[in-house]
Amino acid sequence: MSTGQTMLLALLILPAIGALFAAAMPARLDRAARVGGTAFAAATFGAALFFVPGTTTPGTGAILPWAEIDVPWAPDLSLRFHLGVDGISYPLVALTTALTMLCCAYCLWRVPDPGRGRLLVALLLVLEVGIIGVFLALDLVLFFVFFEVVLLPMYAVIAVWGGADRRRAARKFVLYTLFGSVLLLVGVFTVVSATGTADLVALTDPATRPMSSGLQLFAFVLLAVAFAVKSPLWPLHTWLPAAHTEAPTVGSVILAGVLLKMGTYGLLRVAVGVAPDAAARSAPVLGILATAAIIVGGLVCLAQTELKRLIAYSSVGHMGFVLLGVATLTTTGFQAALIGNIAHGIVTGLLFFVAGGIKDRAHTGELAQLGGLRETAPALSGVLAFAAIASLGLPGLAGFWGEAFAVFAAFERGGPLWSTLGVLAAAGAALAAAYFLRLLRRVTHGAATPAVTALTTEGRLRPGELVAWSPLVLLTLAVGIVPVLVLGYSADPVAALAEVITR
Amino acid sequence: MEPIAYTAANGWLGTFWLLPAIPLASAAVLLLLGKRADRWGHWLGVLSVATSFVLGLTYFFTLRGLENRSGVELKLWDYIGVGDFKVDLGLLFDPLSAMFVLLITGVGSLIHLYAVGYMDHDPGRRKFFGYFNLFVAAMLLLVLGNNYVMLYFGWEGVGLASYLLISFWYLKPSAATAGKKAFLMNRVGDAGFAIAIFMMFAYLGTVDYAEVFNGVHKLSSGVVLVMALLLLLGAAGKSGQFPLQAWLPDAMEGPTPVSALIHAATMVTAGVYLIARSHPIFDANSTAQTVVVAVGALTLLMGCIIGAAKDDIKRVLAWSTVSQIGYMFLGVGLGGAAYALALIHLLAHGFFKAGMFLGAGSVMHGMHDQVDIRRFGGLWKYMKITWVTFGLGWLAIIGFPGLSGFFSKEPIIVAAFEREGWTAWLFGGAALLGAGLTAFYMTRLFWLTFHGPERWTDDIRHPHESPKIMTIPLILLALGSVGAGYLLSTSVPEWLTPVYGSEHTEHEPVMSHTVITILSLVMTFAGAGLAIALFNKGTALAEQPAGPLVVAARKNLYTDSFNEAVFEAPGRYLTRALVYIDNRGIDGLVNGLAAGVGGGSGRLRRAQTGFVRSYALSILGGAVLVVAAMLAVTFG
Repeated sequence: MSTGQTMLLALLILPAIGALFAAAMPARLDRAARVGGTAFAAATFGAALFFVPGTTTPGTGAILPWAEIDVPWAPDLSLRFHLGVDGISYPLVALTTALTMLCCAYCLWRVPDPGRGRLLVALLLVLEVGIIGVFLALDLVLFFVFFEVVLLPMYAVIAVWGGADRRRAARKFVLYTLFGSVLLLVGVFTVVSATGTADLVALTDPATRPMSSGLQLFAFVLLAVAFAVKSPLWPLHTWLPAAHTEAPTVGSVILAGVLLKMGTYGLLRVAVGVAPDAAARSAPVLGILATAAIIVGGLVCLAQTELKRLIAYSSVGHMGFVLLGVATLTTTGFQAALIGNIAHGIVTGLLFFVAGGIKDRAHTGELAQLGGLRETAPALSGVLAFAAIASLGLPGLAGFWGEAFAVFAAFERGGPLWSTLGVLAAAGAALAAAYFLRLLRRVTHGAATPAVTALTTEGRLRPGELVAWSPLVLLTLAVGIVPVLVLGYSADPVAALAEVITR
Repeated sequence: MEPIAYTAANGWLGTFWLLPAIPLASAAVLLLLGKRADRWGHWLGVLSVATSFVLGLTYFFTLRGLENRSGVELKLWDYIGVGDFKVDLGLLFDPLSAMFVLLITGVGSLIHLYAVGYMDHDPGRRKFFGYFNLFVAAMLLLVLGNNYVMLYFGWEGVGLASYLLISFWYLKPSAATAGKKAFLMNRVGDAGFAIAIFMMFAYLGTVDYAEVFNGVHKLSSGVVLVMALLLLLGAAGKSGQFPLQAWLPDAMEGPTPVSALIHAATMVTAGVYLIARSHPIFDANSTAQTVVVAVGALTLLMGCIIGAAKDDIKRVLAWSTVSQIGYMFLGVGLGGAAYALALIHLLAHGFFKAGMFLGAGSVMHGMHDQVDIRRFGGLWKYMKITWVTFGLGWLAIIGFPGLSGFFSKEPIIVAAFEREGWTAWLFGGAALLGAGLTAFYMTRLFWLTFHGPERWTDDIRHPHESPKIMTIPLILLALGSVGAGYLLSTSVPEWLTPVYGSEHTEHEPVMSHTVITILSLVMTFAGAGLAIALFNKGTALAEQPAGPLVVAARKNLYTDSFNEAVFEAPGRYLTRALVYIDNRGIDGLVNGLAAGVGGGSGRLRRAQTGFVRSYALSILGGAVLVVAAMLAVTFG
């Protein structure tokens, strides 16, 4: 087994062991369990760092993994345990390991009610296994299995550690996601039974495209709707604000930071890769819905009165840009989607962290009850302003590239429809400025409200927050100033994928 | 047209990246060190901009000494590559950017110095200088980029810095809101600018100035027109031109040095820079040029009319800025030799308007932060330096013979009359009328502030002159307003020859030069005289009932109400409707579905009868479904 293969396995095994370890510890060793879990998360991050140099794999296929594991799993059903990492999945894998590590570290200092932090850490690690599995899977059935692994731990995180209305939010999350899973299952079943293989590399290969166009369309619609629920794409997004508002801080961070990306990644790798002709036919619909998400998400944000809910809705708009990028089916669009994914993960992760920090201190997230945070907590409001400005897409910070490239990709497609979508999306970027500035105006500016005045003594950043947030601030700057950090990995595989569509 | 080419920067000029880097580094130090830099931070801020100014001077003279001074480029590194979208990070130092560098750092240094005194008692002074330096760095990046993406970076950076500075006194709700409004309206313009950049890339495959300008003649005139209009939208946002002018007067909520630096000398001129820089695009389409001229003419009149009805000293100056930039837009829209004229006016305006804003700050400083000109009067006795320097600025802006405004505004009016056909009368007439109105409202401002009876509020006993650190910049800027006009009017066109060429087809104006000059002087003296006659005895302390025009002018010619009615109100309703749909429509559907499933599972529970035959039936049903799906797959 090569080092690459070992590391690939380590990415799944380390968090799994960590989860078992943390869950098995007795209650009196809660802190030790959390430290141990964090150590495993850090080790997983270390394993992900192994792939930082990247590689150019020789060959001409549509998917050329840098490292690959391919062993029979259920030979009778021709299922294989096929994992691999390439330039499209690697940035997401790295982001997942990083965010999980930061969330676990955050839990060292702060455990949301009702305590039992070791179980929360264990669940975060199980989530990590599922998410990384989704990004690494090169077998359709395996992909589906990992996709499902994520569901229950997230449900538990929301239902146990969430806010007042957590049960309803968790139920909604499960219902929506199960609905998506059913469609995904039928879609996977359709593809596998029609082609006789579940291997993504083979399925994406332009040389073998055995599905008829009608069947492709059928499969694509199923898969696309399934991923659209996860992403989420308007109008299938309403689970998201509820889940985000009620989830504990670390839950929100993982949810927004990487869980949503399973949807966009799936759309790009599975739906577009397996059914490229159908994708080309459905692209205008997808583009229109994505643009609607940008505009509607932005407008709805303007009316939100709760901090976390507002940030959650902003995700709808941002993921709209990502989906617009995918919908253009161009190299630029795919690149836009990938860097948009990463940037949204970093920046929105940070936003949810800060929002959590504010809610913890002021005991409210209502914008009407917040105000003048700069007076009592200058550092906290400084980070909030930084994250908000990054999220509204200021050039030089991470959020800019995905949005700019998505709009550009739409113009590159040309024609009246795509040009209109580009103009609307650009206007949506201005909307993002409107609601984030409104947020800052309400929360940080003006005179301090009673809820904010009360936190004079705890206005400083806590150690856990410094540890968890500063890497995200640095990453926001790094990706903003040197976007090649992300784009460099995906250039070749994205070009290959775009070629699959044109061929 | 000859292709545009820049040479590679080497030798001393190879270091001109230091210009934006120094203030940026200083900003980082000031903002990251926090309280530790409180004692000396402001001096670091002044020093960094002054250093950039001195460096800028050396680069300026080096460039002047070059044989070919069309401009030197500095490639920094390959920046981004996505698909076919590739941009190299590079800087350009050419006569146009050199001029802006000197204006930004020169006037900027004086305003920084003034701010040391003005912000003396403010606990946030260090942070203020951090933002101030950030602004200067972004503005320098804006004028030094060698492609539109770099320009956009600086452009957005400037927007961010101005947001931070306008809402600097964030405890004041009006200041916090004004900052938001400024950033937002700018963003609307920026969206247009961004689309223009994408169009360049989509049609020309590049965003480098040289390549875009050399390729623009290959494009169809429709594409050029759209591109130019989108650039104009961006420029209008940044420069406070119609229809995106509303943010600029509100921005006066920021500390006065901010108004002087950002809203007089630098940021608001970025729009003029954008059009002046993109001149090959605008030259290629006369319709686009006419639109620029029309926007300029409309805005200059609008600014005058509204400015004449305002009573807040800084807001009058703000509307005056809107109006003066209208003159600059008029100039760059006319094209040809008028590019240089507009830029001369931009420089001259940078001096006298910055001086007057700082003068206004000095008045406020001595009058307990009073801003209402109805509560000033007779101040000339108490603050002599402010009076004299402000007076020179006043004479300069109204175009008093011999001062800078006379040399800079006058030729723009003449140039407007050089257009062909009826548009010469329309735009020339507007510019001429604007000269009279400018004289009226500026004289009103000056007279009500410094002359006439004292109408102070009761708490003011002894208005005092400001400390030296504030008056020295005032004196230097006033010297600029006096002397610069003549010097600029002869040297700038020659200096800019490499950018705009020296061959210009001259039209004869529809009236002779002399007649236009006499007319404009008559308008000026009439306006000023009328104002003195009306306001020599002071004015009422409260707003008086007035005719429809004055009422309209007080309400900003109903432009705010228009924005409110056409954009904000429908936007609010749309927002509410969407929230409703989200909560009731989509969510209702899902919740209904959930309830249905819940009820369904209740019924399903009843189906668990324990009878094997009913289970078998269900299994059969499931199997049929699966087989049906498989058949569909096989024959689909």
